[in-house]
Amino acid sequence: MKTSKRPSSRPRVDTRLGALPDAAPCPLLVADPAGVVVERNAAASRLLPGAGTGARLHELGLEWLADAHERLAGTGHSARLESEAVTGQVGDRSFEARPTRTEDGHIAWWLADNTGRRAAEEALQVERERTAFLAEASNALLATLNVDRCMEVTARLAAKYLADAAVAIGPPAGRGLPLTYGSGDHVERAHVDADPAVVPGLEEALQGFPPVASQWIDPASLPEWAVPPGFDGPTGSVVITPLPGHGIAAGALILLRRSSHSAFSEREEVFAHLFAARAGAALSAARMYAHQASITSTLMQELLPPQLEQVHGVDFAGGYRPSGQRERIGGDFYDVHPGSDPGQETLAVLGDVCGKGLDAAVLTGKIRNTLQALLPMADDHERMLNLLNGALLNAEHTRFATLVLASVVRRERTVRLRLTSAGHPAPLIVRSDGRVEEAETQGTLVGVLPECHADTVAVELAPGELCLLFTDGIIEAKGGPLGDAMFGEQRLADVLSDCVGLPAEAVIERIQMLAAQWIGQGRHDDMALVAIAAPRHAHLSAVDGHTRGRYTA
Amino acid sequence: MTADHASVPAPAGAQAAGVREGLWGALQAGDEYAAAAVVFAAIDAGMSAEDVLLDVIAPVQAKVGTEWAANRMTVAQEHTATAINERVIAGLSHQPGAPAEATLGRITVACVDGEWHALPARLLAETLRLRGWRVDFLGAQVPTLHLIEHLHTTGPDAVALSSSIPTRLPTAHATITACQAAGVPVLAGGAAFGSDGRFARLLGVDVWAPDARAAADRLAHEMPRTSLAGTHQAVDDLPHLADQEYTLITQSRPQLVKQTMAELEATYPPMRAYTDAQRQHTAEDMAHIVDFLASALYTDDRELFTGFLSWTGEILAARGVPADSLTPALGLLAGQLSDFPRATRFLSGPHGHGDGLEAVIPSPSGGRV
Repeated sequence: MKTSKRPSSRPRVDTRLGALPDAAPCPLLVADPAGVVVERNAAASRLLPGAGTGARLHELGLEWLADAHERLAGTGHSARLESEAVTGQVGDRSFEARPTRTEDGHIAWWLADNTGRRAAEEALQVERERTAFLAEASNALLATLNVDRCMEVTARLAAKYLADAAVAIGPPAGRGLPLTYGSGDHVERAHVDADPAVVPGLEEALQGFPPVASQWIDPASLPEWAVPPGFDGPTGSVVITPLPGHGIAAGALILLRRSSHSAFSEREEVFAHLFAARAGAALSAARMYAHQASITSTLMQELLPPQLEQVHGVDFAGGYRPSGQRERIGGDFYDVHPGSDPGQETLAVLGDVCGKGLDAAVLTGKIRNTLQALLPMADDHERMLNLLNGALLNAEHTRFATLVLASVVRRERTVRLRLTSAGHPAPLIVRSDGRVEEAETQGTLVGVLPECHADTVAVELAPGELCLLFTDGIIEAKGGPLGDAMFGEQRLADVLSDCVGLPAEAVIERIQMLAAQWIGQGRHDDMALVAIAAPRHAHLSAVDGHTRGRYTA
Repeated sequence: MTADHASVPAPAGAQAAGVREGLWGALQAGDEYAAAAVVFAAIDAGMSAEDVLLDVIAPVQAKVGTEWAANRMTVAQEHTATAINERVIAGLSHQPGAPAEATLGRITVACVDGEWHALPARLLAETLRLRGWRVDFLGAQVPTLHLIEHLHTTGPDAVALSSSIPTRLPTAHATITACQAAGVPVLAGGAAFGSDGRFARLLGVDVWAPDARAAADRLAHEMPRTSLAGTHQAVDDLPHLADQEYTLITQSRPQLVKQTMAELEATYPPMRAYTDAQRQHTAEDMAHIVDFLASALYTDDRELFTGFLSWTGEILAARGVPADSLTPALGLLAGQLSDFPRATRFLSGPHGHGDGLEAVIPSPSGGRV
């Protein structure tokens, strides 16, 4: 037996094949430049019985090989062929063919069966795409806690990866069904007045209990509303997949494919199932969040500081900043209770409950309600405070509060105030010449001692003058350029002195701004402010945001 | 300006100039009543509400800012004018011309946390409302957490963020990233993002617009869509933050101010005659300088810092405050920050101290930023 001594890994091929290539496990086919087979080995004879000497490659049904041969035969003799491998089918198997040029100008094709590798590569590709899709789906679904957005993401991704079109359906809300259509890259929301029972299996899928599997249905039974608008072509296959919500009905998904498109394979169904699990989990989290947010919002409405505006010819403005960045409410509060007519006093209240956060806020709600009930007593502040004191002492909690009461009425262009402080920083009065005075009222805090004492002081505001009620959070705010100084009453008075002539809300905004800048990123207590101002002009506010504000001057 | 000039034909433009003059006069007098009368007369004369907002109120409000900077308007007058403009806008939003039903979609408009100038955002909110959007206007200084909660609750098509002060850019960046992570694209506008929008691009916003009309046009034309790939993080935009200069300087601001003040006292004789109030003002100005330096480091943009210094110089010059002690102050600051290469480069500049940097420390004659 003759063995080649050449170091090359590539066997040298003669026109006449010797015993060695004949014994090779992989098929070898040699053809002349015209594409006519001149030699083949035994393996090639077994694989391609028709490819005997003299057969034309083009007649063997191997177009991929014949085309490559034709192309390479046209290149010059010096051209290297080693890198020109081509791949194609021989029967139901896949082969890679590598060419080499023989000394007499023929091309020898070495065929290697790569069916298994191809299958593995394809499977890998499919799995990679699916992993990427599931990662994209998870990211997109996790990003939002909004139900409508979640539905949009679900419909869009399902239409993009799982089917030709998809409809995400939420549990029935009131009359009708919330739908999100996904078709191509287009997503559209709709609310249809329809009965889910007309689609087989949909009602069960939407109820979320008992658990149901994905269900194939007859495309003909699909009502018009269950087909995304703009979805062209007849519907070939339809599957209804429940979105598992784990205790919360999350909804269902209808996947549609065109007739021309292949129906769902078993693997695709498993895949759709995985996606549905993620979408269902995200949707149920979003529904739970929406539920919680709506409860919070409802309860919060009662505790949020009110929006203040002009009342009976007196300007009121308020500002509030709770201590925690997360919070909207805290232990400071204010209210303005308008008098029953312009001749009656309006009662403004500003106070501070010991403590911060929600617990303190709940108590402010109780105090505000109690004070509202005590409004008929507002002509005697001390008596009102004593009644409030009694109510707080009898309650379960052990917190106390400080507050300021201001009864306000306008007489001609002057605003008359009766101010009472119950253990609270005294209100500041800004005169039109820039002087800032402290109202001379003091009293005991409420909720501690069996009886309250407080002095009420009468103050008059000329047009353009202002009275500021504030909580200690403002003056005790720590910060400044050196980071450790208190904002202090003097700084507050200086700011007010610069604010002469400003509208009440501009004064509040300026103090809030300066205090916020003073604090910077530092921690602070709750801060509340109410400004009561005598308008500079004789007329009422030109535009209060509610009426059209049209005047003939 | 890329405003849609076609929608402001010449006669309307001429009309707007007259209305602007009328409104300006009313604001100077602090007369809300007259201001409303001027604006509603323009509406009655056929001017559209959008033109009133963007061709009358917006430029007049901008003038309020420049007049204050030039010391021709006091802080009180500025606040009064702004408050009156706010009320006039509120009145306009109840005009019968406003669309009864929002058909285009939903937009949230908010100011970045720490941003108190709400009027530009308010103008955008009203413009979008007039064009048929459903708008949630959250107002000035919205904490990021509240904004994100709002986005989850309402699921808007986009959020429009406004900021006018460059020192809010780091916060704005966190907010922008958070909104996008919640799947909501971000439109940004306001002076803080640069007149050419370069900081908006740097911080990765989906759309930047130079003014309200351009913003409304952009949103009408094509709704941006933010990528939900979820791999993007705030720090990806700004690799230079790895040197930690921003973080360290922000954290040590009080110490930097204290130290600079002490060294200034020792080396800058006029300071020994300062009153307590002047010392306080000087400290506040130093804190501002550190804040702007930090923002410049965050964006890696020296111009942000030098721009602030020259603006401050102009403000002081308009108030007759000699600005001759900046160089020693900046030099002292640079001395403390010698271990920070970028900060050092920003403070010294390509040509050493003082290139284009005006003094910011007030002299005993009073007046301050």
